[in-house]
Amino acid sequence: MIKWVKKTWKIAARPSVHYSLGFLTLGGFIAGVIFWGGFNTALEATNSEAFCTGCHEMEDNVFQELKTTIHYTNRSGVRATCPDCHVPHEWTNKIARKMQASKEVWGTIFGTINTREKFLEKRLELAQHEWSRLKANNSLECRNCHDLDYMDFTVQSARAEQAHSTFLASGEKTCIDCHKGIAHHLPDMEGVEGWSASAQQN
Amino acid sequence: MNISAVRKILLRSLLLLPVVAVTALWAANPDELATLRKSDIAVDTEPQRMPEVENKDVKRTRNYPMQPPTIPHKIDNYTVNLNANKCLSCHDRTLTEQSQAPMVSVTHFMNRDGNFLAQVSPRRYFCNQCHVTQVDAKPLVDNDFQDVDSLLTKPE
Repeated sequence: MIKWVKKTWKIAARPSVHYSLGFLTLGGFIAGVIFWGGFNTALEATNSEAFCTGCHEMEDNVFQELKTTIHYTNRSGVRATCPDCHVPHEWTNKIARKMQASKEVWGTIFGTINTREKFLEKRLELAQHEWSRLKANNSLECRNCHDLDYMDFTVQSARAEQAHSTFLASGEKTCIDCHKGIAHHLPDMEGVEGWSASAQQN
Repeated sequence: MNISAVRKILLRSLLLLPVVAVTALWAANPDELATLRKSDIAVDTEPQRMPEVENKDVKRTRNYPMQPPTIPHKIDNYTVNLNANKCLSCHDRTLTEQSQAPMVSVTHFMNRDGNFLAQVSPRRYFCNQCHVTQVDAKPLVDNDFQDVDSLLTKPE
C-alpha cells in the first residue's frame, strides 16, 4: 500500500515530458468546467418533480395526495414541487440529503414500498423521518417561502394570528408542529403530540 | 287473452289516469314547479360563484337548544378519518387549554346506553355529520322557521 502511494506520488511529482504546460493547465480547466457542469446538471435533473414522480411509488401515492392541496393548486398559481419541501436548498445540506437518498434508490430497486399496502404500512415511519428532519432544522424548507418576519398578522384569521404571534414567534413551536399532513395524507396519529387520542380507540 | 283480463288491464290504467293528467299539466307549465333550476333543462346556465365560508370565530345563536352548533371558521383540508381527526386537535378535552377552543360536549363521550367513555365515542367521531360551516349567501329557498321564544311570547 505504502509502496503504491510512493509510486503514484513519484509520477505526480515529476514534470510532464510529452505535454506542454499550457495544454495541461488549460485542458485541466476546461475538463473541470465540463465535469463540474455535468455533475451539477445531473444533480438538478434529480431535483425535479418529473424525476421524483418517475417512480410509481411516488406517482401513485404521495403525488396524487399533493394534487388536492393548496401547495399544488391555489389562487395565485405559485406552487411547491417535491424538492422544494423535501430537499434542502443550501449546497452542503443538499449533498448530504442526496447521499441519504441513495437509500431510496435501494428501496425502489428492491421494491420496499412497491404496493399500496406496503406503502401504507411504512407510511408512519416515512412520515416520522420527515417530521423529525423538519423539526431538527426548524422547518427550514417551509421557511424558504414562508418567512415569519414578513407575515402580515392583520390579514390572517384570528386563530392563525393568535398561534403565529405566540407559539411561532417565541420559537416555542415550529411550522411542522401544527401543520402536519398539509401536503400528504396522515398515517395513524396515535401518540403523536397535538393529536387527539380519540382516533385510536375508534 | 280473455275478456276479463282485458277488463282488468283497462281498469288498472284508469287508476293511473290522474297521475298521467297531473304530469301532463306540469309539463305544460314548467314555471309553476317548485325548483331551484330557474331555466329550461336543456340550457346550460352559468353556475353561481361559490360563496366564501364564514371565518369570524364568533359563536352563532342556536335555533333550538339541541341544535349542533355551526362551525364559525374554515375547515378546508381538515382530515377526519380513521387515522386522524384535525377538529379534535383543538376541541379535544386534553387540548383545549392550549387552543382555548370549546371542548366537544359531554354527550360526545356517551355511548348509546348513556354510559360515559374515556374518549369521544365512535358514533360521535365524524364531526361533519352534524356540525357544518356556514357561507355568506342568500338562502335558495324561503324559511319561515320561528324561534320557540318568539312563539311563546306571541299574542294569542
